[in-house]
Parts: sequence; structure tokens; C-alpha cells
Amino acid sequence: MNSADPVIRFKEVSKTFRRPDGRGDFVAVDKLSFEIVKGEIVAVLGKTGCGKSTMFNIVAGLIEPSAGDVRVVGHDPFREFDFFRGKIGIVFQNDRLMPWRSALDNVRLGLQILNSDPKLANETAHRWLARLGLSGRENEYPHALSGGMRQRVSIARAFAVDPEILLCDEPFSSLDEMTARDLRAEFVRLVRQSNKTAVFITHQINEAMEIGDRVLVFHHPARIAYEARLNAGTSENDRRKIHADIMRVLSIEQAPADASA
Amino acid sequence: MNSRTMRVLQAAAGMIVLAAGWEILSFVFPHYLFPPVPEIITRTIEVLITGALLVDVLLTAGRIFGGLFGAFILGSILALVIGQSKTAENFIAPVLTFFQGIPALSWVVFAIIWFHGIEFRVLFIMVMTTLPAFTFQILDAFRSMSKDLFEMTMSFRPSRWTLFRFLIVPTIVPGILTAWKVNLGNAARVVVVAELVGATGGVGYQLLRQQQLFDMAGAMAWTLQLVLFVLVVQQTINAIETWALRYRAVSERAM
Repeated sequence: MNSADPVIRFKEVSKTFRRPDGRGDFVAVDKLSFEIVKGEIVAVLGKTGCGKSTMFNIVAGLIEPSAGDVRVVGHDPFREFDFFRGKIGIVFQNDRLMPWRSALDNVRLGLQILNSDPKLANETAHRWLARLGLSGRENEYPHALSGGMRQRVSIARAFAVDPEILLCDEPFSSLDEMTARDLRAEFVRLVRQSNKTAVFITHQINEAMEIGDRVLVFHHPARIAYEARLNAGTSENDRRKIHADIMRVLSIEQAPADASA
Repeated sequence: MNSRTMRVLQAAAGMIVLAAGWEILSFVFPHYLFPPVPEIITRTIEVLITGALLVDVLLTAGRIFGGLFGAFILGSILALVIGQSKTAENFIAPVLTFFQGIPALSWVVFAIIWFHGIEFRVLFIMVMTTLPAFTFQILDAFRSMSKDLFEMTMSFRPSRWTLFRFLIVPTIVPGILTAWKVNLGNAARVVVVAELVGATGGVGYQLLRQQQLFDMAGAMAWTLQLVLFVLVVQQTINAIETWALRYRAVSERAM
């Protein structure tokens, strides 16, 4: 893979599911195309059921697209299952901690699956828990931790394997605003420090604009209805305009594709 | 007084009332029908401290464990096969359901007709009577595996063995322990029937001898051996369960 190549590339990707009642098909993703380059944080916004999570699962290689071509670091994430061992880290909407494992063991999980040296895995897990402010809680089971702490453990679990790509599916949506804000800031800092590529799914406009270098707004079935780039130099006026545009796009049922800011 | 002590006292009180009721009956009826409680206790202890008699208890215990272990291994394999293949389920599940409907005594008769070796007969009967329950209970535990945890684990791209070790085994452990507890009582009843009809040793065989001797105290003493065995094993499984499921919140476990 060339260094200039996109890390994630969707080309005319579609995903169709059979309806549970057996009456026809349901299109979740419709000829979706986009590219994400190394070190970029892309926030994906959309209403519930617009196909964001389906797109997420396709990138993660958990489901296979019905049509089109998906390349992640130049490879097919679904068919080349073993190639992606340790290359993709995922932070899910809920913490998805194994209740029978302590905080430390949950963070170690990915490293154990990757057959890392046990001593090194232990040190890495300790270090990540410490970075996320959980020193002293290593041996606690998930039920003894607060929602915010559990989500910190799941972030530590994703970062511990040092993945090239981070996928986050509304990871802070179930937390209170204060905890979510702290974790958001912490998350962005960690991603920037390690120059990772991240896809961040959210349904909150402010969160998307705070986190993303780029914001993609999806319409149902998943396709890009709006796209905006943001950086530290984006003025307050431009931010307000982008916010208003996103609001407008989200409020209309069908928006023209490729509308960009 | 804490709730645990209270529970133990209540359980003890129930047993004392039962023993007292039996003792009263022993005053009313002849001793060959209702032997006094002290005599039953003496005979029970006698079995436990007499090597030749204890061998029969251990033989039965070995048969129960052998049968349960065999059914557990076979049931686990079947459950995992059924859990991963709808076709396998369509083939296997109806057969197991059919087996479930066959009375334990029928399996005893089949075993006597089909096989010569006593131990193999007993093992066969034990496996056939407990296999369906083991399979379905482990299958239920397997199917209750969290889809969220499965997706999370798969995101690390584990091998099948790693997935089994890190996710499937811890998920089905509570189901396995429940299956052992449920099947233990069932196995203890079935083994006695099997030994009663076709064995030359064990608690069932000894019960048959007491019946022939019309010795009620002996029959009670041998019955108590089995009851004590089941209680000890149940408590051991409970202790293992408490240790294995120590991650669960106390409030959750108390529910």
C-alpha cells in the first residue's frame, strides 16, 4: 500500500438485508463512496437507523457488503480476516466488558488474543488503565465500576493493541454530559498523540464537530448527504454555518448527495 | 443473627421435626417397619466406617460420576454442534427429545438385553438418561451468549480455539454448573434402579439385599448414604459456583 493511499476506501458499497418477515429486502447502505486518509478523524452523523452502524460493521469486517468494494489499508476487511488482527480497535456504544474479567483482564483481552508476551501485555494494560485514570481499579470487576469507568476500560482495551484504525460507535452516548465531555477530550488527545485514523459515529452534531476533522452526514439508506471539513482554524462563524447546514440536512428526508460545505 | 445462620437453623429444625415424627412412628409401629432413629444413625455410621461396606458406596459414587461425566462430554459436543448448525439441530434435537421420553427403567431393560458387562450397562443407562438434559442445558447456555460480547471478541480476530477459551467457555460455565446440579439428583435415582436390577455391588444392590432381609434400618442406612453423597456433591458444586461466578454482583446473585 502506497503512503498516499487512503486508509479506508468505500467504492459504491451497498448492503442489503432480508426483512425479518421475509417480505423483500431492506437497503441499509446504498452505493456509498468515501475515502479516509491516515491520521484523519472522521465523524459520521445521521439519524437512528440510517445505516451508520452497518457501514461501521462493514469497515470492521464484521459483515460483508452486498456490492461494491471496501479497502482498509489496501485489504478486504471481511475476506482477509487474519490480516486485520490487531489493526482495528473498536470502541462500542456500550462498554461490552466481559463481566467475568477484571478491568485489567478486560484490557488484556486483545493482547492475549494476539498472543502478546504475558508480561508485556500486563504492563501495557496497566499503562493504559493508568493513562485513563483507573490506577488502583485494575482488579475491580465491571459491575463494581461506574458507567464512565467502564467506558474508559473499553477505550483502554481498544488502544492497548495499538491499532492503526479506531472505530467508535457512539461510545459516549450513554454517559452523562460531564463524563462524556471529559472522555471525548481524552479520546481526541490519545488519537492525535498516536496519529491514528479514526471513524467516530455519533448522532450529536456538537460531538461530531468537536471531534472530527471531517463530518459526514448520512441519509437513509446510508449515503453521504453532506460533508464538511473542520480544523483549528475554522472560524466561529463557519462553525455556526456548518452546524446550521447539518441541522437543515438532517431535518429533510431526502437530501441531494455530494452537497458539501 | 445473620440470614445464613437463620437459614441453617430453619433447615435443621425441619429435619429435627422429620426425625421426631419418625421416632414417634417407631413407638407406634413394629421396629421392622419403623426402626428407631438412633438405630438408623448407628447403621449409617457403620456403613461409613466399615471398609467392605464403604466400597459399595464408593462404587455407586464412581458410577454416578462416570455416567454424568460421559453424558457431560457427549452433551457438550452435541450442544456445540447443534449450536453451530441448524441442519445438525434438525437431525439431533428430535432424537434427544425422543430419548427424553423413554423412562429410566426402559433403558435398564434395554441395557440388560443388549450388554453383558455390569459396569458398561450402568454407564450406558446413566449416559442415556442424563444426556438429553445435559445437551439442552448446555445448548441453552451457549445460545444465551451475548451477541455484543461475541462481536467485540470477533473484532480482535481470534482463532476458533481462542474464541472458545475466552468467550464460549466462560459464557456456558453457569449453565454447565446448573446442568450438573440438576442431573446429579436424577443420576442418583437412576443409578439405584440400574444397580437394583443388574449389579452385584453398590448402594442399589445393597438396598435389594435389605429388602430381601426385610431390614428397614439397613434400607434407611443405605438410602442415607446416597442422600449424603448427593448433599456433599451439591455443596461442592455450590462452592465451585460461588468461586467461578464471583464476578457477579452480590445483589445479582441474591436475586
